[in-house]
Amino acid sequence: MLIGVLALQGDFREHIWALQRLGVEAFAVKTVSDLEKVDGLIIPGGESTSIGRIAQVTGVGEKIVQLAKEGLPIYGTCAGMILLAKRIVDHPEQYSFRLMDIVVQRNAYGRQIESFEVYLDVARLGKVKAVFIRAPKIVELGKGVEVLASYENTPVLVQQGKLLASSFHPELTDDLRIHEYFVKMVADRHESVR
Amino acid sequence: MTEKGTWLVKKGFAEMFKGGVIMDVTNAEQAKIAEEAGAVAVMALERVPADIRKAGGVARMASIAKIKEIMDAVSIPVMAKVRIGHIAEARILEALGVDFIDESEVLTPADDRFHINKHEFKVPFVCGARDLGEALRRIAEGAAMIRTKGEAGTGNVVEAVKHMRRVMDEIRRVQTMADEELVSYAKEIGAPVELVREVKRLGRLPVVNFAAGGVATPADAALMMMLGADGVFVGSGIFKSKEPAKMARAMVLAVTYWNDPEMLLKISEDIGEPMPGLEIGTLEVHMQERGW
Repeated sequence: MLIGVLALQGDFREHIWALQRLGVEAFAVKTVSDLEKVDGLIIPGGESTSIGRIAQVTGVGEKIVQLAKEGLPIYGTCAGMILLAKRIVDHPEQYSFRLMDIVVQRNAYGRQIESFEVYLDVARLGKVKAVFIRAPKIVELGKGVEVLASYENTPVLVQQGKLLASSFHPELTDDLRIHEYFVKMVADRHESVR
Repeated sequence: MTEKGTWLVKKGFAEMFKGGVIMDVTNAEQAKIAEEAGAVAVMALERVPADIRKAGGVARMASIAKIKEIMDAVSIPVMAKVRIGHIAEARILEALGVDFIDESEVLTPADDRFHINKHEFKVPFVCGARDLGEALRRIAEGAAMIRTKGEAGTGNVVEAVKHMRRVMDEIRRVQTMADEELVSYAKEIGAPVELVREVKRLGRLPVVNFAAGGVATPADAALMMMLGADGVFVGSGIFKSKEPAKMARAMVLAVTYWNDPEMLLKISEDIGEPMPGLEIGTLEVHMQERGW
């Protein structure tokens, strides 16, 4: 089983380290041919406009959309969540993958001085330290989307089938449980495909 | 409990810039070109370093109107520069809500002995460094991000290369040192021993380390990544080139695909004419010498 971390821009190194600490084989994905090797994909934090632009001009974005439709498990953190959302409030023109039935608002908690850390209750996992950095907020949620954690009554960790998304950055802490949860999603699919 | 402005939040924000390009801009229109090209942040300035160099005199923080204009124009993070040691300029920019402050040698220093105590701020800071000692002194003061100083506004990458190589060489030396050597070494380079120990443990700086100061082409940007930079600041190199939008896009792609020569070739094919460059030996002002 091989998990790719989209490495067009952002904190992909931290995600790779988290996966490696779990004993999972992980590598940096930059091209369409890299994508063909993966059993699961993480889209890291970074700038969604930057990651999106590079994905668009290289054809990597188109390939991600195709693989997701074939059932590839994908986890997006922060910018990754923005890129997965079906619509981005105030920036409808921004390129993204539009895979998940959520509507997000970028930088909804404010500029960097409003960025924060907090402990959250996560379904099935318990208390998790969450780091929110110029974080996006989910403002609309489709029927098939399950909420795994909320902050101030807003969903911040959600799952829709094989897609997982968080407004915050588990890769910036030493807590590996959310990555472990995603690895299980990938392993389940990996088994069923075989 | 919700906590803002913590070290993790400041340092973590800098991690999000990795593999990206931060571009100097002087108005809303340039900021939009940068965002459109895929910049991870813009640096709001009155003048790019090449023009600061030409103008001479005292260079200060940009006007509030200018920074606001740029903050209103784009959705990506906006950085702005303050003079070395100018606590009040920094407090003003924090109150304005800029996302990152560059305590920068490109502006005329306000304090000839001390830098700002950056731990006291909620807003994160980036500072320039020419060697490991200088980088660790800035981190000790609270910098959440380091960049090479290079020599800004010259379009000449040689100083940035020198500074990046020096920092990387010193990190490699620290890694091979016995623990009992670290105290003397810390004294020699003028850095806190705790941070020297951390460098030995991590095999890198404890914060993100970007290249800056003289990057003028996508090949320059890729070179800095090859030498170990986490990302690149491009100052005058974009809006002093003949075709800024093309140059900006090419820089962004070069920082992602720095280790793919075929891609670099494609990226470098149609970029227009880069900014004119200056020989370091002919300069009257060496901005890199500012900082203590």
